[in-house]
Amino acid sequence: MESTALGWWGVPIAVIAGALRVSIPFLFVSLGECLTERAGRINLGLEGILVMGAMAAYAVSYVTGSPWLGVLVAGIAGMSLGLLHGWLCGLQRVNDIAIGIGVMMLGTGLAFFMGKPFVQPKAPTLPALNLGAWSDSPQIQAALQINLLLPIGLVLALLLHWALRHTRWGLVLRITGDSADAARAMGYSVNGVRTLATSAGAFLAGVGGAFLSLYYPGSWNEGLSSGQGLMAVALVIFARWHPLHCSWAALLFGGASALGPALQSVGMTSGYYLFNAAPYVLTLAIMIATCSPRRTLAGAPGELSVVR
Amino acid sequence: MDTSAIANSMRRMAEVLLVPLGALTAALVVFGVLMAAIGKNPFEVFALIYKGGFGSAFAWQNTLQRAAPLILTALCVALPAQAGLVVIGGEGALVLGGLSAAFIGAHLTGVMPVTTWLAMAFIAMLVGGAWMAACGALRYYRGVNETISSLLLTYIAIALLNHLVEGALRDPASLNKPSTTPLPESHLLGAIPGYDIHWGLVLGLLACVLCHVWVRSTVHGFALRVVGGNVRAARLAGLPVGRLILVACGIGGAMAGLAGMVEVAAVHGSANASLIAGYGYTGILVAFIARHNPIAIVPVAILLGGLNASGGMLQRRLDLPDATVLVLQGIAFLMVLASETLYGRAKIFQPRRG
Repeated sequence: MESTALGWWGVPIAVIAGALRVSIPFLFVSLGECLTERAGRINLGLEGILVMGAMAAYAVSYVTGSPWLGVLVAGIAGMSLGLLHGWLCGLQRVNDIAIGIGVMMLGTGLAFFMGKPFVQPKAPTLPALNLGAWSDSPQIQAALQINLLLPIGLVLALLLHWALRHTRWGLVLRITGDSADAARAMGYSVNGVRTLATSAGAFLAGVGGAFLSLYYPGSWNEGLSSGQGLMAVALVIFARWHPLHCSWAALLFGGASALGPALQSVGMTSGYYLFNAAPYVLTLAIMIATCSPRRTLAGAPGELSVVR
Repeated sequence: MDTSAIANSMRRMAEVLLVPLGALTAALVVFGVLMAAIGKNPFEVFALIYKGGFGSAFAWQNTLQRAAPLILTALCVALPAQAGLVVIGGEGALVLGGLSAAFIGAHLTGVMPVTTWLAMAFIAMLVGGAWMAACGALRYYRGVNETISSLLLTYIAIALLNHLVEGALRDPASLNKPSTTPLPESHLLGAIPGYDIHWGLVLGLLACVLCHVWVRSTVHGFALRVVGGNVRAARLAGLPVGRLILVACGIGGAMAGLAGMVEVAAVHGSANASLIAGYGYTGILVAFIARHNPIAIVPVAILLGGLNASGGMLQRRLDLPDATVLVLQGIAFLMVLASETLYGRAKIFQPRRG
């Protein structure tokens, strides 16, 4: 009875709760991709990096008993795949989109391969902050159980926004993204800057994966990620390569992803699969609405192949 | 043609063959090191892959059975690639093609099997073609990146399949595994007489030859390759760029849809979650290794079909996870992509004068 006490009001609350929870992987991956794309390269492999991060975090947390160490290792695992992507893209005549597909395949393959022994065991997961202790309603309490990674992600978005605007590193990154020739003329290595940006972005995507396996849903299996990494790439276009807009977009996507489970919890089970496809439809709709074949998108890095 | 021209074309041919083969060999070496690192004898692994894929008549059957859908899904990547598009959503077109074919096949039973097959193939190609043409249209008219949109459409297609198979189209008799109404026994697409391989392989070979002729030997195919080479030049030359892109994506999608029909009519007998077997994704790899050449797709698809077929044996004999094959595929994919940089570097392959 307790869980249905709120009736249909449970749906918006569950969607908000879901948005606060499900949006974290979107947030981290989109910030990572934002960083990469501002340097003028696209990394489609973040989906594979996310899965790799999820596996690495779960395995390390299970073996060492420390979930935060798992988060760190997930980032490092992601970073090494990002480094691979950055290095391969630096070769002549190699297409970054195709390499992204390759990293996606290799990342998921390696994660499934190495993660096989960790499908069954239960690893210690990340703790939650109970911001809803003031309320008597168990739904609201559950909704306001927030993981520490959410504030960390939001602070990171602010930090990234500030760093891109006001630091020397940010300027170099933006120059590389807008005009490789200008960066070269100033004496910076275009491939070097882009490889660094891709690796840093992949670190964040790996952390996003750690959240999947260590908090919500909070276990490791082969069906853990359902395209969040890929949607995050589309999300960056929607957010116009702006770190702060990425956080709003991530919350929106999190809410859309939470719609299916929320409706299921109040007994709407017939269209389960269709509601779960809501985020994909939303992504596609947003891309159709925001892209244009005739003009370059406002805010798009000049060197980016995806918007040309 | 004098001898130096022949020698020059031989050099180019050797480069086109040796670079991918070298990349695959390098992938095997990296994979072997990885196997050694986890304490397995790499040569034992390679021997088992050979045995599981090509070592016996049974293995060959299994391999060719898998190669058939791979050839068709690879065409779904290779044809749009002629127009310069990276479409990776063949899995979605396969799934929906299979679903619509199963629906038609189960309801069109009072006629000759051939009529049913033709109707199934037609509807599967129509649905798959329309699904992929949508990606091309989004790309051309709205500037939406086709790689992302095609993958998103795949997730949507899988959701549609699950929704319909567990809902409106579910056969009440399918208890454990929700499926559509199965095709009658008499209407299943049988084996080629004398072999235990279904007709899908023949369809795949035929499709490759036709696509090759279209792309390489017709004016329309040439126009398509001009679009892939340089869109602006194609526009200046007055080519109908939008229509060419739509046709390339549509025919590619139709091929993936046909793969779904073959899977339903020859392997599963009905549409269910087994259709989501990853053929669409392996097809991407096949097309890239074959460098989007329709004829080269055939041997590559057989090679990767054999690799997929050996997965079970690796699991049973060496206790390796089923994802082992995925790891090798991922390494091979990256190696082949990286090898693109080698073209034109080695002097021995370059044309000479005099």
